[in-house]
Amino acid sequence: MKQTVILSIESSCDETAAAVTVNGRQVLSNVIYSQIDLHTIYGGVVPEIASRKHIEKINQVIKKALADADHTLDSIDAVAVTYGPGLVGALLVGVAEAKAIAYAKRLPLIGVHHIKGHVCANYIEYPELEPPFLCLVASGGHTHLVRVDDHTHYTIIGRTRDDAAGEAYDKIARAIGLGYPGGPKVEKAAHNGDPSAFPFPRAKIEEAPYDFSFSGVKSAVLNTINSYKMKGLEIDDAFRNNVAASFQQSVIDSMRERVLMAMDEFDMDKFAMAGGVASNQTIRAALKEAVENAGGTFYCPKPVLCTDNAAMIGAAGYYEYLNGRRDGLDLNAVPGLKLE
Amino acid sequence: MRILAIESSGQIASTAIIENGEILGMNVGEFKVTHSQTLMPLIDELIKETGVELESLDAIAVSGGPGSFTGLRIGSSTAKGLGLALDIPLIHVPTLHAMCYNLLSAENIGCLIVPMMDARRDQVYCGIFDFLIRPDNTVDFDIFLDSCAMSVTDLLDRIAEILSLDGNPPPVLFLGDGLLAYHELIESYADFDYYYADDEAMLQRADTVALLGQVMYSLGLTVSADEEAPEYLRPSQAEREKAEKDK
Repeated sequence: MKQTVILSIESSCDETAAAVTVNGRQVLSNVIYSQIDLHTIYGGVVPEIASRKHIEKINQVIKKALADADHTLDSIDAVAVTYGPGLVGALLVGVAEAKAIAYAKRLPLIGVHHIKGHVCANYIEYPELEPPFLCLVASGGHTHLVRVDDHTHYTIIGRTRDDAAGEAYDKIARAIGLGYPGGPKVEKAAHNGDPSAFPFPRAKIEEAPYDFSFSGVKSAVLNTINSYKMKGLEIDDAFRNNVAASFQQSVIDSMRERVLMAMDEFDMDKFAMAGGVASNQTIRAALKEAVENAGGTFYCPKPVLCTDNAAMIGAAGYYEYLNGRRDGLDLNAVPGLKLE
Repeated sequence: MRILAIESSGQIASTAIIENGEILGMNVGEFKVTHSQTLMPLIDELIKETGVELESLDAIAVSGGPGSFTGLRIGSSTAKGLGLALDIPLIHVPTLHAMCYNLLSAENIGCLIVPMMDARRDQVYCGIFDFLIRPDNTVDFDIFLDSCAMSVTDLLDRIAEILSLDGNPPPVLFLGDGLLAYHELIESYADFDYYYADDEAMLQRADTVALLGQVMYSLGLTVSADEEAPEYLRPSQAEREKAEKDK
């Protein structure tokens, strides 16, 4: 089988990343420069700062990815790059860089959908995994339940109506004073809390049973905090832990219900997780148990492949490449790029 | 010696190639079409039209700012990618300096040249410069006020101050898209003689980025593709607001 070596670039949010992958499944290098410390003091990602940092680091990250993989630009077969969705200024850096490299080296250029990248991280973790399967992509910017029909075609079954799951974690973390980024902090606090301490709602959308909504639970958490404060009660660790655990339980229950329902309705026995929220061990464990109890197989990449990285873009790029996708020099960043 | 120049700091992108002092070609993009879509195709057309081999380029000159943050970044990332792939250095050409080269001609020697770009928030990105002829007949580029962001009235005051030091004050030449927003203010506020640049010299152009880039290259003023980044002259809004709050 011919080996296709792809250099991939990802800059859609606050990670500047480059990777070299072979045939979409083998990772030769996966370099990630995270800007998280720069954004923490602002309580979230600042797009202009993210864009500026990408420019400062992108060449070094690409060179390290090539060096770690023992490759040069002369030994790769194509350049893949995230062109959406994401922060437009941040995306543009990767897109312009990738176009220039592909042009100067006369290499095929492949624009990749960021969410497809997250899904395809599963191909790296599980060499045997093939579509069709069901996938829940949840991150700070996205929450999609999708049916992966084949390597490049996806059907959206459900999506969030308001906040993304990771975004809800960030907001809850801020509300109970845990700081940014919220995901790992809320999970840690939840570990020592009682998931049934507060009866936060599990939202249901009548006409779209697979869609998510996290604004209701967020409001319920904020109301609980406010009423505590009004009663003059102290927001202590025990309260924080219970709020975190009860919130997380609401998220888990919402996800589990939709996943099991979709596996049944669409007759899927394979379920994969993807995106930054998939690095939450409590959610992973809960969904794994539920899927396996229902007779399905559970897939989830290791945490470094769940959060934003370029290896996943190489995986998705490979299948787009096999499918004949070639982008031109006018490839643009598309911040609201659609999945279907 | 061949240099490819990229200008994407303003609303219209352009690219040019210079070879030993001669502009081999220049391509100008369309107004209001995103540089992300036009810049690489402009470079490709230019390479085809001039017949220059990409691999024969010695450096990439990029208009380094100030200007539109997004425009600058598209130019910078494109230059960085080309520099990385071709293994050649970059030349970070200050945008306002290159604009002065739009006006480099015998009759403008000694004039105060004042480029200004609309920087929003009641400011312009601007500077005050002039060209002089040295005794050996070479051209000297003087900087009275280097690239900065300030209000138009502060800029006009600085110009008046410089002119007041000269017994025989030179004419002042304004250029740049800041004039579109502020020409009425200049007309009502300035009490010195001034002129506006001709249309073709009014805005950023890749050929003058190439010209100045070549001068800088010959002086060894190159940067690696890794380290190149735009000069924004302003922190991000979030940083600015935080600094205000922390005061």
